[in-house]
Amino acid sequence: MASPHSDPSSAPAAGASPFAYAPAPESRAVVDIAPSYGLFVDGEFTEAADGKVFKTIAPATEEVLSEVAQAGEEDVERAVRAARRAFEKWSALPGSARAKYLFRIARIIQERSRELAVLETLDNGKPIKETRDFDVPQAAAHFFYHAGWADKLAHAGYGPDPRPVGVAAQVIPWNFPLLMLAWKIAPALATGNTVVLKPAETTPLSALFFADVCRQAGLPKGVVNIVTGDGSTGAALVSHPDVDKVAFTGSTEVGKAIARQVAGTRKKVTLELGGKGANIVFDDAPIDQAVEGIVTGIFFNQGQVCCAGSRLLVQESVAEELIASLKRRLGTLRLGDPLDKNTDIGAINSAQQLAKIRELTGIGEAEGAERWSPECELPSSGYWFAPTLFTGVSQAHTVAQDEIFGPVLSVLTFRTPGEAVAKANNTPYGLSAGVWTEKGSRMLAVADRLRAGVVWANTFNKFDPTSPFGGYKESGYGREGGRHGLEAYLDV
Amino acid sequence: MSTSTPPPLADVAASDGTLRRFLHGLPGVDPVGLEARAAALGTRSIKTTAKAYAIDLAISMIDLTTLEGADTPGKVRSLAAKALRPEPSDRATPATAAVCVYPDMAATARAALGDSGVKVASVATAFPAGRAALDVKLADVRSAVAAGADEIDMVIDRGAFLAGDYLKVYEEIRAVRAECDGQARLKVIFETGELSTYDNIRRASWLGMIAGADFIKTSTGKVGTNATPANTLLMLEAVRDFRAATGVQIGVKPAGGIRTTKDAIKYLVLVNETAGPDWLDNHWFRFGASSLLNDLLMQRQKLRTGRYSGPDYVTVD
Repeated sequence: MASPHSDPSSAPAAGASPFAYAPAPESRAVVDIAPSYGLFVDGEFTEAADGKVFKTIAPATEEVLSEVAQAGEEDVERAVRAARRAFEKWSALPGSARAKYLFRIARIIQERSRELAVLETLDNGKPIKETRDFDVPQAAAHFFYHAGWADKLAHAGYGPDPRPVGVAAQVIPWNFPLLMLAWKIAPALATGNTVVLKPAETTPLSALFFADVCRQAGLPKGVVNIVTGDGSTGAALVSHPDVDKVAFTGSTEVGKAIARQVAGTRKKVTLELGGKGANIVFDDAPIDQAVEGIVTGIFFNQGQVCCAGSRLLVQESVAEELIASLKRRLGTLRLGDPLDKNTDIGAINSAQQLAKIRELTGIGEAEGAERWSPECELPSSGYWFAPTLFTGVSQAHTVAQDEIFGPVLSVLTFRTPGEAVAKANNTPYGLSAGVWTEKGSRMLAVADRLRAGVVWANTFNKFDPTSPFGGYKESGYGREGGRHGLEAYLDV
Repeated sequence: MSTSTPPPLADVAASDGTLRRFLHGLPGVDPVGLEARAAALGTRSIKTTAKAYAIDLAISMIDLTTLEGADTPGKVRSLAAKALRPEPSDRATPATAAVCVYPDMAATARAALGDSGVKVASVATAFPAGRAALDVKLADVRSAVAAGADEIDMVIDRGAFLAGDYLKVYEEIRAVRAECDGQARLKVIFETGELSTYDNIRRASWLGMIAGADFIKTSTGKVGTNATPANTLLMLEAVRDFRAATGVQIGVKPAGGIRTTKDAIKYLVLVNETAGPDWLDNHWFRFGASSLLNDLLMQRQKLRTGRYSGPDYVTVD
């Protein structure tokens, strides 16, 4: 893709930039990937009881990376029992002793960050610059942050001696495999729980790498157990009777099934589900930064982000100018080999997800929204989808309502702040929103009226372990991160 | 070279009021977002062929500068020789874009550079503070042009700008431009470190372009904060938008504080991905620098020979 030029008289042909960046691939030799992996139960890697395995592939090339054990009910039973056994001693440790392990884990993640970044990029398909600069440092930050809480829980506002819940069953998605693991495991361990975690079927490798990190850190056996598998493994885990707490991040559909499954049991539940975030740009916005924020909002991680800013709501008076700037900017995005340090847009995680994105964008076109993508050559193998804009979208369009979970932005316009808020809130979801204005009073007034768990002011997709994250409505319940996030793992 | 404000913006400077309303109507700049974007572009990994291209391009974009009270004809001649042949052992090395001196050294530079194609750039208008009467500033410009300067690097009256007297700044640029008389290209220095806010830098950029600058330039190199990736990115956005609005292309020159090849390449990435490849030419982008050249030469040798030589293998001028 090459940037289009506004002045045709002096512009060379598109793609003729003399400053073509030579390939700058990160070496995949920095990480060893075993030909097969077992389940991590009670501190040991073991095969599944019935010997079943499944393959995990690199979505950018469709190359098989490894074979991973498929945990069945018997394996889940073993993992929950190991976690239950470990719970008594782990929860009785002084907070400062648990902190020591968490600090160790955080430091090992930092030390092995290059391995983790390459592994995550291979297994997930996202660009190395994101795993290197975002996923891995954020994962380490979550362990550091929660290590700090472990001996200060008496001061968290949950009573003088808050107790852990017990055994936590955690099921995480494929979009940020390592980071979602950190969001789940760090607070659970800091508060004295033990865990059984199931990574997503398409991205098990960084969780299995993390199992090795736990061993390296000397974490007591059974405190962290990792069972790989598909949806049936997840279902067996959350429905296990000896689980005290269920934490799930993923689709709203599965989240609802889990909520039904655990209804009427003693289990505590937090769900972090889908979203259809609105990015609201007022006419007095810092336009160049808003363009960057829109790009970050929807093209970060190929748009496979639950809190993505997948709906752009732009004030009509600046819509034309903003969309022109946005299109010019999209022309500079570099799509290709995720291991190349200059790649901005990587591969879609799976054939299944790609099919879903294609289906929904097809509906968008059929319903009359105007579709646009920059000139963009897609690699011949692997799962790829060009950055896509839909303009002329209204609330009645499917692409304005359904979560696409891909690099697809729906552009809507509004006339007044009231209309912007009404449209932003007019969705079954309520996870994220962004507001762009240089006027402070407007920022505060609009943010106050948005029903979204996080509202970003003149920025988007910014994360920090100190900041609670979670949804309204069908985006789920409970918070992760910050002081608020501790509550989900405390018996309060 | 344009001689008057392009038609779409012709009425902007009709009065102090119209000029103020226009400049204050420009979109605001969010500092956090601007700096984050500049930093993100700084993580581009420029290797092998792209690096070789970028190094030669950067050398060809340097305004090799000496602006010291201790400047002598000998020093200026020595700098001119360096500008013409930065690397005596490798004639494939490009010459720099220009040699930049004070007006009283312009004639010496002119004589040394002749018609080599390397330009003589002269600072003027009571550089660097710009605190002198207008006729003194114009005389300064006149003497530099008469001595053979191809390019005039003027400073704006930051005091007037910060006092909100935009029309005064505009008229001063117009007057200097008239003094250049079509013989010299005009670079307008904002001294971004003294303007302090990004909103001011955006306004100054548009003010300079409307007044007829051929180049907008960050700084003099004489204050604490000079060129930064963020303020240069902002100015690149300004020239991009100005061309979209008027069809007129304006150059950008970051100056001061750019010392390493790594830094220079980051700036070229900013140019490439903000204003676009049309600006990847020393007619449209310059580096105001002195020590940068030797670092580029050392990196060039390293790329060519595979060995890193060290400072004794490039000339000190």
